[in-house]
Amino acid sequence: MSELEQMYREVILDHYKNPHGHGLLEHADAHAEGMNPLCGDEVTISVKFAADGETIDEVGFEGRGCAISQAATSMLTDLVKGRTASEVATLPKEDLLDEIGIPLTPVRIKCAILGLGVLKVALHRAKGTPLPDEWQGLDFA
Amino acid sequence: MAVTAERRLDAHKLRADFPIFAQEFHGKPLAYLDSAASAQKPRQMLDAMNGFYETSYANVHRGVYELAERATEALEHARERCRAFVNASTASEIIFVRNATEAINLVAYAWGLSNLGPGDVVIVTELEHHANFVPWQFIAKKTGADFKMVQVDTDGTLHLDELDEIEGNVKVVATGYVSNVLGGSNDVPRIAAWAHEHGAIHVCDAAQAAPHKRVDVQALGSDFVAVSGHKMCGPSGIGFLWGKTDLLLAMDPFLTGGHMIRKVRADETTWGELPHKFEAGTAPMAEAVGLGAAIDYLEEIGLDAIEQHEHELVAYALEKLAEIPGVTQWGPPADKRAGIVSFDVEGVHPHDVAQILDLEGVAIRAGHHCCQPLMSRLGVVATNRASFYLYTVPEEIDRLAAGLLKVKDTFGV
Repeated sequence: MSELEQMYREVILDHYKNPHGHGLLEHADAHAEGMNPLCGDEVTISVKFAADGETIDEVGFEGRGCAISQAATSMLTDLVKGRTASEVATLPKEDLLDEIGIPLTPVRIKCAILGLGVLKVALHRAKGTPLPDEWQGLDFA
Repeated sequence: MAVTAERRLDAHKLRADFPIFAQEFHGKPLAYLDSAASAQKPRQMLDAMNGFYETSYANVHRGVYELAERATEALEHARERCRAFVNASTASEIIFVRNATEAINLVAYAWGLSNLGPGDVVIVTELEHHANFVPWQFIAKKTGADFKMVQVDTDGTLHLDELDEIEGNVKVVATGYVSNVLGGSNDVPRIAAWAHEHGAIHVCDAAQAAPHKRVDVQALGSDFVAVSGHKMCGPSGIGFLWGKTDLLLAMDPFLTGGHMIRKVRADETTWGELPHKFEAGTAPMAEAVGLGAAIDYLEEIGLDAIEQHEHELVAYALEKLAEIPGVTQWGPPADKRAGIVSFDVEGVHPHDVAQILDLEGVAIRAGHHCCQPLMSRLGVVATNRASFYLYTVPEEIDRLAAGLLKVKDTFGV
């Protein structure tokens, strides 16, 4: 497989063109907007919890950005549905990068984890817990 | 038969001066189409810096020994080269700084903090690089002055008629010379004249102009002109501010500390002569030497020849891009711009375009190019930008066009 085919795998392009969890949720329990200041890519995420107030029941997002950032956020919505807020709030970025499964340079890793960072902002804000330093700086507000 | 005195440059030949082109990326020769971000470095400039370190290096100005004198001479020779390059009347009007951003911050702080207040107006344009936008916005806020923005068309034409509609006591008009996104030139003499008629100073960001065309501070009529070294084959970490002597003399210093003083006492410190008053701390000596050598290199080729070469490359690039469906480009006609082409590929984000081109060994820039107000005007978050310089050859533009077809193919657009 060429480098091009490795990076722009069919699955990435599929998620980019037909994103999962696309569209923001009404009456969301958690919500955040963020951007990557390096390239201006934007992602907004909203979350609804199940009756237990902890399990992620629905995730929706909207964004403007490159295929990597938007496809990664689409994959993220699949990855976190059904997990608990505290689990996702502490989810290591490697879990998402493994899921994406393509070789990424440091600049493109920032694209790939934009959605995860914004989701963490939303969850920590909803739960009133402090956002770890690693994820600071994405928040719009 | 008419004899033309016009010098032309041979980019294929000049490339041999640039060691960076000896490398391959992703198994392909480097097509470096990002010179507007920073230019590559000729061997002549690198040798000058190395030679300085190897034979003339010591701290400048206060040393008594011969080596220190030699270093001082090299620094001041570089200053003189900068003076001649922009046609300043005296070398003491050339202040070495890290880059054009620092040059503009110097003016914004040292002039702006003491001369701006409520009721005053600072004017910039929508076309500005953040370097000539953010410092003015910041200092205007700090001093209570109003901050106004002249709008621009998507081809890069400023709505200069809007200037006359701006009310208040205009004190600063800050505009660029050449746009780093669209490549067009602004009518700086007209804007500077307008500023002076209204009792304001004109600050010109010439970072993107100096590599590509003659910057003559007398002809521009500005009060301050900022130039960056790294975009014109000089090293990173050096640029200069040119300013009018009377204004520089009347200003407070920007950075204070070593070297910039006349007398330091417990109760008061007085400032050194120009340009030293604005050059606190140890100077970027080797970088200045490199900048001087870069100027020699450009002058040897000829700024006119460089400008003409870029017009031809832009004309060729616009022709090639026009052949590709779904590609939109912005900016003035080829004969009116520096070697810069900003474009969009429908359905593909610029990051993805740049990534796929990289795999073809073609380096372009994708992003907002430090011009977010202009991106808003164009209605995009980012653009692709290919930019050319004296070492760019048409074959690289062919590779760009072929790469774009690959981009479209990958994304199925």
